[in-house]
Amino acid sequence: MTDTPATRAAKATPVRVARKIKGLSDRAIAWIFVGPTIFLLLAINIFPLIWTINLSFTNFRANRPNREVDYVGLRNYERILTDSDIWLNMQATAHFLFWTIFFQVLIGFTLAYLINKKFKGNDLWTTIIVLPMMLSPAVVGNFWKFLYQPQIGLFNYIVAFLSGKDPSSFEMLGSVQLAPWSIVIVDTWMWTPFVMLICLAGLRSIPDYIYEAAEVDRASKLRQFFTITIPMVLPFLMLAVLFRGIENFKMFDLVVQLTGGGPGSTTELTSINLKREAFEKWRTGYASAYAIILFVTVFGLASIYVKALNKVKER
Amino acid sequence: MKHLKLASASALSIAAASFASTAQAEDLTLCWAAWDPANALVELSKEFEEQSGHSMSFEFIPWPNFADRMLNELNSGGKLCDLLIGDSQWIGGGAENGHYVKLNDFFDAEGISMDDFAEATVYAYSTWPKGTPNYYALPAMGDANGWFYRKDWFADPEIQAAYKEATGQDLREPQSQKEMLQIAQFFQGREIDGKTVYGASIFTERGSEGITMGVTSALYPWGFKYENTPGSYDMDGAVNSAEAVEALEFYKEFYETATPPGYTNSYMGESLDAFKSGQVAMAMNWFAFFPGLYADPATGGDKIDFFVNPPQNQAGSTLGGQGISVVAYSNKQDAALEYIKWFADPEVQAKWWSLGGYSAHNSVLNDPGFKDSAPFAGDFLEAMGSVQDFWQEPAYAELLLAMQKRLHDYIVADQGTAQEALDKLVEDWTEVFEDEGKL
Repeated sequence: MTDTPATRAAKATPVRVARKIKGLSDRAIAWIFVGPTIFLLLAINIFPLIWTINLSFTNFRANRPNREVDYVGLRNYERILTDSDIWLNMQATAHFLFWTIFFQVLIGFTLAYLINKKFKGNDLWTTIIVLPMMLSPAVVGNFWKFLYQPQIGLFNYIVAFLSGKDPSSFEMLGSVQLAPWSIVIVDTWMWTPFVMLICLAGLRSIPDYIYEAAEVDRASKLRQFFTITIPMVLPFLMLAVLFRGIENFKMFDLVVQLTGGGPGSTTELTSINLKREAFEKWRTGYASAYAIILFVTVFGLASIYVKALNKVKER
Repeated sequence: MKHLKLASASALSIAAASFASTAQAEDLTLCWAAWDPANALVELSKEFEEQSGHSMSFEFIPWPNFADRMLNELNSGGKLCDLLIGDSQWIGGGAENGHYVKLNDFFDAEGISMDDFAEATVYAYSTWPKGTPNYYALPAMGDANGWFYRKDWFADPEIQAAYKEATGQDLREPQSQKEMLQIAQFFQGREIDGKTVYGASIFTERGSEGITMGVTSALYPWGFKYENTPGSYDMDGAVNSAEAVEALEFYKEFYETATPPGYTNSYMGESLDAFKSGQVAMAMNWFAFFPGLYADPATGGDKIDFFVNPPQNQAGSTLGGQGISVVAYSNKQDAALEYIKWFADPEVQAKWWSLGGYSAHNSVLNDPGFKDSAPFAGDFLEAMGSVQDFWQEPAYAELLLAMQKRLHDYIVADQGTAQEALDKLVEDWTEVFEDEGKL
């Protein structure tokens, strides 16, 4: 009898268990192992999803369990998609998503590229740079709120020092023009290290001999960067963009702490708006439809993106 | 005969058992907001613990999360709170959704009369439907939005002279909303004791109820009404009336020209901080904080004085305050009712006021010495005479959030006009009442 993984597993199976499963087909044994996971998945993922879809066609309110529930067809969806305020929330989310990813990729890759160079104190710098992402978003939100304070905030003082303006002449969190950028800055500060770490993993996975071969071929450093470094890091970078994209689409805690969605509704991202509809106004049916729309959007975009990612990997 | 004896024995056992259960010492949990009066209530409740044998636990939630946390608790049928001092606007939902125990029979049995409490507080904190003799709470804490100012700055001859020169008027406690704005604008950016100070701290908070409570303090003096005819939900022309538009424009001007920089999301805590740190000449806040402010070693005592929200077209103050209710999901309702009975006692109410709570009991408020019992007591009485409250409908949270959004969009984010903000508010509220089946 050859020593295969299957025979090793068979030998390792206790006699009592082996006796019990004797006579069962491989498929049956597989189902026994996979069954509990599938059950859990159905119970905590699929069932709530189906239930949410069902609720999205009703006027149900979770705070009025005794009220009669009516099916309202597509009315909730129609109201959401024709509500100009919700489109403003979508725009705010898109602005946040685009610029945070843009800056995090740009700065994260640059930092990774620099950290990847061998220099003294390399590990210490890496540790210092990744510190922000180890903090709780609620804590980060609170202390940046102080940093942005027009009268005592360090951020305003630094900008004032560099620009010659009065520190209290501008309000990062209170200005309609600046508030969307203030949340972009904080998220970038906090999550750039994450992108940096993924890029660093990508950079370190490139074998040295490829660069050595390029050197032999007298390829310039710039050419090496664009023809070796970028293409080989791209799948990692795209993965980082996917993670940050999904995370920032559902961004809640950091922004709530910083601006509470204000001023007005300027930084009210869709997740904040959804929470207000679901758990403050208790329009459960309406909020379910809203959640489904967001789910389909994220799922659709992520699917397209993953296909693109796979194509890049195949190259 | 044997059966009769057995039945009698059983009846006696049941009676004994039920007596034992009512006499059993319970651990009651009282839920309220985390603020100064809550500490006074802890002190006051020690007497109840001694008298009844029950022990008291307290669950105090910070104001910005209070409504969220407590309404979730009630909506989920939670048993955390046996007694709840809930906001006045919750009374409709508390009654209609069965969260609060109706107290009429209990009041009748114990001889507790609602006539013993200030009429405005009974109306606002206890009744649903409004004004009917259906009671779901006992008035626990009278409150209204008022003002306080730096008395020492107002009394400074140099500042007085500068004000006279700038406005041609004497610097005094404002007698109207517009005079208050004028004073605040005078102080804005002024150097006092080598420090730049600002006019006033007002409510602009977006997340919970802050900006609505602040703006209504301007709307009510201008004569704001929620409906053309009470109970009709006919809001067009009332909510967006010319007076309401003027009041809203006034509040925006106040925010833009007379408040410290960065106060774009400020409520109770920020208002207190601004005043205590010597940044502002005046500040708005609830009367509940006034005992603590008066006792503050840095800015209290002879440096502070208080005034009722100034009138404009009429007198008007935003109602705060709460009633105490027994939560319908509690397993300790008998003990909770005992607490209500004890709390309604005039002697306990007098002690409640002396500890820093705002009693709504007539025996306290009508006492000849009440007005002089604290520097803000007279203002409190005056404010309670002209209070107006937000909607108390079961859908109050939706109504409130809509107003928060429209007001913050206009005042802080500077989007659209006052007329547009109020027109949109009418649309939002109409939609809510249509969903409720009331329109």
